[in-house]
Amino acid sequence: MLEAYPDNRLSRILLWSFCALVMAFLMLPTMVVVPLSFSSSNLLEFPPRAYSLRWYETLFGSATWMAALRTSLILGALTAMIAVPLGLLACISINRLGGKAAVAIQGVLLTPSIVPGILLAIGLFFVLAAQHLVGTLFGVLVGHVVLAIPVACVVLLPALARFDWNQVQAARSLGANWARAIGGIIVPQLQISLLSATLMAFLTSLDESVISIFVASGQNSTLPKLMFLSLRDQIDPTIAAISTLWTVIVVAVVLIVTLRQKS
Amino acid sequence: MMKSLPITIDSVRKTYGSYVALDDVSLDIQAGEFLTLLGPSGSGKTTLLMALAGFVRPDSGKLLLDDRDITRLAPNKRDIGIVFQNYALFPHMNVLANVEYPLALRKTPKVEARQRALDTLARVKLEGLSERNIAALSGGQRQRVALARAIVFEPRVMLMDEPLSALDKNLRETMQYEIRRLHDDLGITTIYVTHDQREALIMSDRVAVMNSGRIQQIDTPQQIYDRPSTRFVAEFMGEANIVAPGSVRRIDGADPSREALMIRAESFHLDAKLVGRDGVALDGTLCAKAFRGENWLLTLALDGGQEILVCIPAALASGCAELTTGQRVTAYAPAAKVHAIPGARA
Repeated sequence: MLEAYPDNRLSRILLWSFCALVMAFLMLPTMVVVPLSFSSSNLLEFPPRAYSLRWYETLFGSATWMAALRTSLILGALTAMIAVPLGLLACISINRLGGKAAVAIQGVLLTPSIVPGILLAIGLFFVLAAQHLVGTLFGVLVGHVVLAIPVACVVLLPALARFDWNQVQAARSLGANWARAIGGIIVPQLQISLLSATLMAFLTSLDESVISIFVASGQNSTLPKLMFLSLRDQIDPTIAAISTLWTVIVVAVVLIVTLRQKS
Repeated sequence: MMKSLPITIDSVRKTYGSYVALDDVSLDIQAGEFLTLLGPSGSGKTTLLMALAGFVRPDSGKLLLDDRDITRLAPNKRDIGIVFQNYALFPHMNVLANVEYPLALRKTPKVEARQRALDTLARVKLEGLSERNIAALSGGQRQRVALARAIVFEPRVMLMDEPLSALDKNLRETMQYEIRRLHDDLGITTIYVTHDQREALIMSDRVAVMNSGRIQQIDTPQQIYDRPSTRFVAEFMGEANIVAPGSVRRIDGADPSREALMIRAESFHLDAKLVGRDGVALDGTLCAKAFRGENWLLTLALDGGQEILVCIPAALASGCAELTTGQRVTAYAPAAKVHAIPGARA
């Protein structure tokens, strides 16, 4: 990859230091909360004057934080489980339909990821209010699925475009109904893309805060919502502890999925 | 022998917008017959095949398998084996799993399914390759796996969509012979699509020549070749000369035909003695000549101005090398090889 550049010591040192700088710029804002979370102080201060695990104790002892963490993880898993199959079916239809109609439908399908999140949240709030679903986990789930479907489709559409559709026709002619053709022929061959789509859908839900702020309430608060609220109401290093924990969970999930794809 | 079934195609029509892919096509295929749909690309042959398979729904008309209407039946309920142009093998399964797949769908017991798959692989000469991955097979081997997969569940009809077009010439000829032999062993009604005239003639019981969504002629290979019913069929099937009756004279002086006549390039002789008294003669000037190995190809300009192709087998062409362009040449053809095309004009 680097063969095109003049190969001397200086250029290599420059290249590596530049890369290191970019990496540092990307990572530092995330990393700065890690030492904060191990602070013994009552205030968020950097660098911490002394270290302790007290904020982790507070975090794990707090029913509110733990409930929010659980809600977010469950919500993320449910979102992925619903959005990816729906997205796959939508992508198959778009792929088969072809022509201008397919482009139009694809456009409509992708709007939730283009429209500003706050507009989507307001709209969703009114729709859910009419159904008396504001404040329910189901309401938040609907919102997250709406957001995650376009994310899954962006991953799955190009994968399906490369797929040889004759295989599905062959399976059909050999006696497979639609469900078996999709399950036995398409899904196994799109495994990697489906895994990526699942991960992206999961992370979309995990990361989402605007819809949660509008729609979730009480014991259904998601972690991002609770983090926003606690930043507004009180600033203590618990927020740094949960941020660190959160980062570790997300990095672990991404690493596991990526490593599985490699093998 | 499997029980194979006849197929009736009854005025099937299919349009895509203003484009007419199938224009009221009717065709009867007998049980156990090997029928080829032959035509240039865009002639509707593949659309017709896909309608039989269930992937194209006709706008109107009926498809009958035996006496059962299958026009609207789902593809997976038709029990029709299909060999696709690109084989459409499942790359995430090995050879054996590909062949077992239709049996697994039919809930055939595992042991029986395995035995039948292995027997079928042996039938297409793929013994010992059952554990191979699809990616590790040559084009010819993939072709055989596709065949095995299409026959293992004993379908009553087999459809083949240009199955040999991706193979090189020698392998194609071997496979033509093997597919025909497999058909004869199984006695399965087979509909074969190709754009290769030679392949159609070699393999088929009957050939249906298609053009612009219509069947131009359906007949035995010999009839299609020697007695084409339209100008399109005459020209599509080989080096055909279609000449006005005025350019042709009977050797015995009898009245010539009033219709356009088709004489294939290879039907000509340069020696009147090789043609009977009731044969015909065409007088012209030699424009060009080319030696093609097994034969000479001469281009004659007839006195009316039309050019015709004359193909003389090398074994009978002792005089051809000495011919020079601009020389007067008379080409003779026996009466049996002169075919009047009904209604056609030169």
